[in-house]
Amino acid sequence: MEETCELLHPIDRWLKTERMPHIWCPGCGVGPTIHAWVRALERVGIEKEKVVYVSGIGCCGRGSGYLDVDGFHTTHGRAIPFAVGLKLANPELCVTVISGDGDLFAIGGNHFIHACRRNNDLLVICVNNFIYGMTGGQLAPTTPHGGYSTTSPYGNIEHPFNTPHLADAAGAVYVARWTSIHVRELELSIAEALRMKGFRYIEVLSPCPVNFGRRNNFPEPDAMAKWFAQSSVIMHGADTSKVAIDMGKPIILGNFVKREGKPTYYELLRKLEEMRRKR
Amino acid sequence: MGKAVLTGRHFWYGNIAIAEGAIAAGCRFFAGYPITPASEIAEHISRRFPEVGGIFVQFEDELASMAAILGASWAGVKSMTATSGPGFSLMMENIGLGVMMEVPVVVVDVQRGAPSTGLPTLTAQGDVMQAKWGSHGQYEIIALSPESPQEAFDLTIRCFNLAEKYRVPTILLASESVCHSAGKVVVPPEEEIEIVYRKKPSVPPDEYLPYKPDEDLIPPMACAGEGYSIKTTGLTHDERGYPDTTPEAQEKLVKRLNDKIRMHREEIVEVEEDFMDDAEIAVVSYGQVSRPAKRAVKMAREEGIKAGSIRLITVWPFAEHIIRKWAKQVDFFVVPELNYGQIYLEVKREACGNAETILVPRMGGRLITPEEIYHEIKKVVGR
Ligand SMILES: Cc1ncc(C[n+]2csc(CCOP(=O)(O)OP(=O)(O)O)c2C)c(N)n1
Ligand code: SF4
Repeated sequence: MEETCELLHPIDRWLKTERMPHIWCPGCGVGPTIHAWVRALERVGIEKEKVVYVSGIGCCGRGSGYLDVDGFHTTHGRAIPFAVGLKLANPELCVTVISGDGDLFAIGGNHFIHACRRNNDLLVICVNNFIYGMTGGQLAPTTPHGGYSTTSPYGNIEHPFNTPHLADAAGAVYVARWTSIHVRELELSIAEALRMKGFRYIEVLSPCPVNFGRRNNFPEPDAMAKWFAQSSVIMHGADTSKVAIDMGKPIILGNFVKREGKPTYYELLRKLEEMRRKR
Repeated sequence: MGKAVLTGRHFWYGNIAIAEGAIAAGCRFFAGYPITPASEIAEHISRRFPEVGGIFVQFEDELASMAAILGASWAGVKSMTATSGPGFSLMMENIGLGVMMEVPVVVVDVQRGAPSTGLPTLTAQGDVMQAKWGSHGQYEIIALSPESPQEAFDLTIRCFNLAEKYRVPTILLASESVCHSAGKVVVPPEEEIEIVYRKKPSVPPDEYLPYKPDEDLIPPMACAGEGYSIKTTGLTHDERGYPDTTPEAQEKLVKRLNDKIRMHREEIVEVEEDFMDDAEIAVVSYGQVSRPAKRAVKMAREEGIKAGSIRLITVWPFAEHIIRKWAKQVDFFVVPELNYGQIYLEVKREACGNAETILVPRMGGRLITPEEIYHEIKKVVGR
């Protein structure tokens, strides 16, 4: 008997299904993060034609190619300025940057703080897997102190960024942290961010069993996910200076910052134009 | 709204002419980072854009500026950045992304003494090869070089038109001496300025392939938000814009990116020829060096020397068909430039041994005088 499968997955209409299978490893947190983002887009009811997905380079960077929306896979570190230009040139678009921690905070770190400072109208989601996944497990600016990577074989002597604190200090109007296993909370947080204007930042802690886990005492494919499940504490509104990640200590999650009333760069630009015209 | 095209006669610095040329060409997004001797372009645009509805952003660096103009162009807005050597170096990776994604943008490089921080306030032509080869891999690009403020205005418009037509980052290879000298600039009436806009898809979104070229090797360009679900990447890709990292895909794509410019070389290349009909010595120049070069040719003619001038308005793609043609007639090419031999190498290559090529180098800092070039012509005649 011929079998037809009518049961499409609810987010299939957002996917370039002919591009499957994707490149990500089993147990990777990139897929669930993108899934949560798409569900949030559905929830908020954003028109598909207006959605733009900009990514940098890395495992996470590849996501922009799998969705049936305008997708821009840019250069390493430059997703934010590319997206800033795109969004300013067409303010009707709903522009999201989803990229890795190396991409956004090492090579692209300067762009991150300046886009926060200017309050450019963007949602930036960082899939933080504590490591450089794509290139095979080198040290990232988020690798925990003491953590192992292929370029810190004796343990990391550096101190990682506390990225929500960085975003907060630089002026982001929305700052949250979840993990890729907190799919429901993550979806709601993204939806909340999508309803706002200005620079919004969500960090998503994400398992990379292949390049972080197996070098750092998480030998099983699901061990990092279990670590998140066991160590997470939800504290909405937590002081971001106190949410740094330290292995062995609780991981603080939640919607930390929500600043109302700060005008975006674009709004101020249009105001300036108005003033200039009246003169 | 203020006026975009300032029709009339002006006395403008080259940098102002570039900024006004961009506005006249329809540029409405500018991203940049201050640097001597290019800053006046950003300053002028920051003042003018609010009058014409443009978006000016001073970014944190040139890496961001270059990435941002690519993004803005993908949103359908003509975009530009302007810099000098140190910033031009920082832009290289994303110029390559622009080549790969086929994004129409204009990059102004106001050349100054180099390497490194070099001579920030003095002129040079040291970035000619960088403009062609600066980003990794093999690609063709377009670069035009103005000799005067008037041409800075005209060629900025042409840069936008070429960028839009061929879907390639196009470089205005200016220099400090043009940009910091003032001259008469005539701005024509708006309706007399030719403006080109990228060709758009003629098929519905479900049939559209973002990297399927027409016969001219240029693919029509849909922009973000138009419902075409564009896929684009700096990775080697197929006609759908999907990554395809096979040798076959690489062969096909890199060949097309180069051929789409090469096959239109004669259309893109613009040169100005003076006294070439019976010339035995041709002075080949570009940018502001062309002015003393043409003067030197006149001085030689007054002395009865059969000298002529070939001025390269288009520097890249190189005017190889022109040089090859004249190499059959002239005995010598004299190439004065503000570096230690860059276009000289191209001329020599294309002369194919049919004519001898002589470099008149200056490392930059000051222009070459007509007398210095004339002196070289005399030396050649004496041989
Ligand atoms: C300019 C530049 N330098 C280096 C690289 C090599 N590279 C590719 S991805 C990557 C790191 C990716 O790490 P991250 O951003 O954390 O993303 P992940 O792969 O973990 O998702 C590096 C260094 C590059 N592509 N470009
Ligand atoms: S290497 Fe890590 S980040 Fe990359 S796909 Fe695999 S699990 Fe995910």
